[in-house]
Parts: sequence; structure tokens; C-alpha cells
Amino acid sequence: MSRYLFIESLDPFESNDVQQLWELAAGLVRDGQQVTLFLVQNGVLGARQHPRSERLIELAALGVEILADEFSLRERGIRVERLVRGVKPAPLDVVVDLLAEGHKALWH
Amino acid sequence: MAERKTLTFAIMDAPYESARSTTALRLIDLAVRRGHNVNVFAYEGAVSVPFAKQTPHPNAVHGRDVAEEDHPNPKDWVQGVMEEAARRGGKVDWVQCGLCVDERGVVESIPGTRRGSPADFWKFVQESDNTLVIPTR
Repeated sequence: MSRYLFIESLDPFESNDVQQLWELAAGLVRDGQQVTLFLVQNGVLGARQHPRSERLIELAALGVEILADEFSLRERGIRVERLVRGVKPAPLDVVVDLLAEGHKALWH
Repeated sequence: MAERKTLTFAIMDAPYESARSTTALRLIDLAVRRGHNVNVFAYEGAVSVPFAKQTPHPNAVHGRDVAEEDHPNPKDWVQGVMEEAARRGGKVDWVQCGLCVDERGVVESIPGTRRGSPADFWKFVQESDNTLVIPTR
């Protein structure tokens, strides 16, 4: 099993590529791989309730670990209780730790 | 501290333009504070991040002098992470893409950075425990 770290920095309404990354994460998990999706910068906007957030909830239910950068959330005034189900706030340190553990990293 | 690893970051954004620069420097800082060695390959506009002639400035519109404005210069942050790494017995090896430097005329970089080429990035990747490329959009 391979371990992947996807870092999403874009808002899903800013770029349709975001959903492609989400689908790649889903495909890898269905294939038996481990995926962490770390939302940072405007990527955390996708973690709020919105018309596309159902897909994010489904990703979490599939087994994708979804984390949202605490600093990016604070910058944008997004309270933790506004995050959709399955998304957890996390410090950026997590990214460094997963890199050090050898997760295959992809920034988008 | 956990086992010291070597992490490579490739950055491409010019300073003052994108949140990616801030996030990249946050990651580099966190990696250093966790005791890891860090390689940075600055490509394209990112070669201006450690440009030595960056200067704090006052803000006449808001009536603030230099001290009150306290304008951040990323060269100071780069120097800061290098000093932090040295305090922890680690290192930051910061390579500036030479052609990118020449194109932009930002030859004067802070001490501790060095001139190189994409071949250095390839060596970094070969010798590192992991690599993160932070591309421009």
C-alpha cells in the first residue's frame, strides 16, 4: 500500500481541477491506497457547507483523511463548527511529518 | 526530536504575489524547527525571495515611518530559518536557479544561498527523504 499526501490550495469554485484531485484521491483509496487530503490557503473554503461539499463528505466516508490548515481557517474567519462532516482542523506541522514519513506528496 | 530527515522544497513564486510563498516559508520553518535538514530549489520568480536589496519602507499614505510600518522582507525570513537550522545542528541548503537570477537581475542574494541549476534540484531529489514541488498555478 502506498501513502499519498495531496495538498489542495485552491477553492473548488476557483478551479474545476480541484474536483479532479478529489476524484484522484477517491480512486486511490478504492484501489487500497492511503490518502491524506490537506486543505490549505483557499483550499479550506471547500470545507464549508456548499453545493459541492457533499462530494467532500463522501470522500471522507470512503476513507480519505481530510484535514484543514488551522491558520488558513483563521485567516478566512471559518469556525471549526462550520466545517463539513469528516473534515478536521490540523496544524501545518502535519504536512512536514507526513513528508518526513515518506508519503508521496502532490501540491495543487 | 524525531529522526533527522532531509526534505526538499522546490518553489517558483516571486515574493509579495501569492499565498504560496507564505505557505512555503511556513513549511520550511516548521521542517527546520522539527530538526530536519532542508533543501530549497528556488526557480523562476522565487529567486527574488532571498534578494539582498529588499528594503523596508515607510508608508506615507498611512502616515507611518519605517519602524511603525514594520514592513516584512522575505530575505529576513530566509535568513531566520537558516539561523534556526544552525542553532539546531541542521542546515538549509538554498540553491538559486542561475539563469532565473540572471534574467531578473537579482544577483545579490543573502549569504548562505548559492547559485545552481536544475541539475542541483535533481541531486536534491536523489539525496532527500522526500520532495515537495510547489508550482505556480
